[in-house]
Amino acid sequence: MMEFLAMGGYALYVWPAYGAALLVLGSLTVNAVLRYRSAERELASLNARRPGGAR
Amino acid sequence: MHRFANPARFMRVSGTVLPWLAALTALMLVAGLVLGFRAPPDYQQGDTVRIMFIHVPAAWMAVFGYSSLALASAAALIWRHPLAEIAAQQSAPLGAGFTALCLITGSLWGAPMWGTWWVWDARLTSVLVLFFLYLGYIALVHAFDDPSRGSRAASVLALVGSVNVPIIHYSVEWWSTLHQPASVMRLGGPTIDRSILLPLLVMALAFTLLFIVLLLIRMRAALLERKIRALRLLEAEAAGTEYGFAAPEVSA
Repeated sequence: MMEFLAMGGYALYVWPAYGAALLVLGSLTVNAVLRYRSAERELASLNARRPGGAR
Repeated sequence: MHRFANPARFMRVSGTVLPWLAALTALMLVAGLVLGFRAPPDYQQGDTVRIMFIHVPAAWMAVFGYSSLALASAAALIWRHPLAEIAAQQSAPLGAGFTALCLITGSLWGAPMWGTWWVWDARLTSVLVLFFLYLGYIALVHAFDDPSRGSRAASVLALVGSVNVPIIHYSVEWWSTLHQPASVMRLGGPTIDRSILLPLLVMALAFTLLFIVLLLIRMRAALLERKIRALRLLEAEAAGTEYGFAAPEVSA
C-alpha cells in the first residue's frame, strides 16, 4: 500500500495531477447538475403560479 | 441531425439518453482508473506515466471542445438556429475546464521529466492561447446588453480562433519543441506499448462521454432558463396591464 502511494518516488507529481482532475471535472459536474435542478425548480414554481396551470 | 434540432424534441431525446450515458461514463471512468493504476510503470518515466492518462485525454477534449464550439458557432451564424447557439455557449466552459486540466497536469509532468514546469515552446504556448480563446469567447458572449449581439460577436471570435486548432496539432512538427510529437494519433499507428495504450484509450472514451453528458445537462438547463425568462416576461406584461401601465391612453 505504501509502495502504491509512493508512486515510485513521484507521488508529489502523480497525486496532485489526479487531484486536479477530481477538482476540475468534479466542479464542472456539480455545477451543471445544481444549475439544472434549480432551473427545474424555478420553472415548476412559475408554472404552479400561473392561472392556466401547468405547461 | 436536423431532426434533433427542435428544442422540444431535444429535451425529450436527451432526457431519455442521459441516464444511460451518465452510467456508461461512470463505468468507463472507473475502468480507466483501475487499468491506469494497474499498468506497469514506464521503463524511462516510471510512475509519472500515469499522469498521461489524465493529461492526454484532457488535451484531446480541449481541442475536441474547441472544434465543436467552432462548428456550432458556424451553424449559429449561418442558420441562426437557437440550439446551435446554446450548444456553442454551453460547451465553452467545459472546454476551458479541460484545457486548464491539460495545462496543470502537463506542468506536473514536465517538472520531474523535463526539469521545468513551463517552457514557451510552440505546443505549450498554442494550448495556452486556446485557453485564452475559450475565456475570450465566454467574456464576449456576456459583453453586450443585447444578448443576440454578444452571441454573434462571440461566434465570429470562435471561427477566427479555429486557426489555432491545426497550429496546436502540428506545432510539434513545424517547430522544434520540448514537447514530444504525437504517439497515438499518427500515420503508421501508435508507438505506445499496449499495456499503457489501453488505459489511455479507455480514459479518453470516458472523458469524451463526460464532455457529452455535461454538455447535454448544461444545454437542458439553458433551455429551461430560456423558458423561465419567457414566462417572467409574460407575467410582467400581465401585471402591467392589470395596473394600467401598458395602456397610457386610459390615464386621461
